[in-house]
Amino acid sequence: MRLVVIYFIGLTFGLGICISGMANPAKVINFFDLFGTWDPSLMFVMGGALVVTLFGYRFVLKRPAPVFDTRFHLPTARDIDAQLVGGSALFGVGWGLAGFCPGGALPALGAGRWEVAAFVAACLAGMLIARFVKDAMGRSPQTA
Amino acid sequence: METSFTPIASLFGGALIGVAAVALMAFAGRIMGATGILSGAALIRKPGDTDWRIALIAGMVTAPPLLWLVTGSLPAVEVPVSTVSLVVGGALVGIGVTFGGGCTSGHGVCGMARFSVRSVVATLTFMAATFVTVFIARHVVGG
Repeated sequence: MRLVVIYFIGLTFGLGICISGMANPAKVINFFDLFGTWDPSLMFVMGGALVVTLFGYRFVLKRPAPVFDTRFHLPTARDIDAQLVGGSALFGVGWGLAGFCPGGALPALGAGRWEVAAFVAACLAGMLIARFVKDAMGRSPQTA
Repeated sequence: METSFTPIASLFGGALIGVAAVALMAFAGRIMGATGILSGAALIRKPGDTDWRIALIAGMVTAPPLLWLVTGSLPAVEVPVSTVSLVVGGALVGIGVTFGGGCTSGHGVCGMARFSVRSVVATLTFMAATFVTVFIARHVVGG
């Protein structure tokens, strides 16, 4: 039951990504191309997602625990450090080059295009490299 | 490559993303962050903590075929960049989100919705870096 519910949550996320245009790199890159073929649609994606999540979280996080778990797994990191800023900057460069972010690419995989698979494979390779470097630096990965 | 402005579809799709994020917290107590979901599913570190991530990805991947069944066409996936940009960009995304601890969904939606200062800093940083990168790629190098 738990995994069935989670499957449908993934489906809802995927439908949102596809309907909003986040699965389309041309649209994503155009959002950032203010001095070219600008398409402001992504502002509406972020706006819609943020407003719903903001109000939804306030309601959900007041409950003692989630339905299928004993507690909410919330990130505990608080520090603004070089890893956060440098990593996010690198992510932005990659997003601008490729036009895919992880959340846009995962549902797009279902459209059966080789470009998406190539991006996700490169992304996983990057994650492995970063993990290796992080481990060498003696700190474990934290994910928001 | 021009794309048409789609405020209604984008707002509706964005709201669905929000519904999924809230539902995942309500049912599984997890942040809807594609970075953690992908790395946790594919690059296993904690055994026993991967099944929900795989179920989630299975649901995501079903969205395009379902849309195809209902509307008769797959969602548009137009790639306006070279394969080199796609692969180099993909690797940088993978490295960046691992160090930055999240991406557009984890920091940009879920983290910002929790008023996490880390997420606000991360989101402003990657949005600015993406903007600069697209400007250089389209108007300096490619222009």
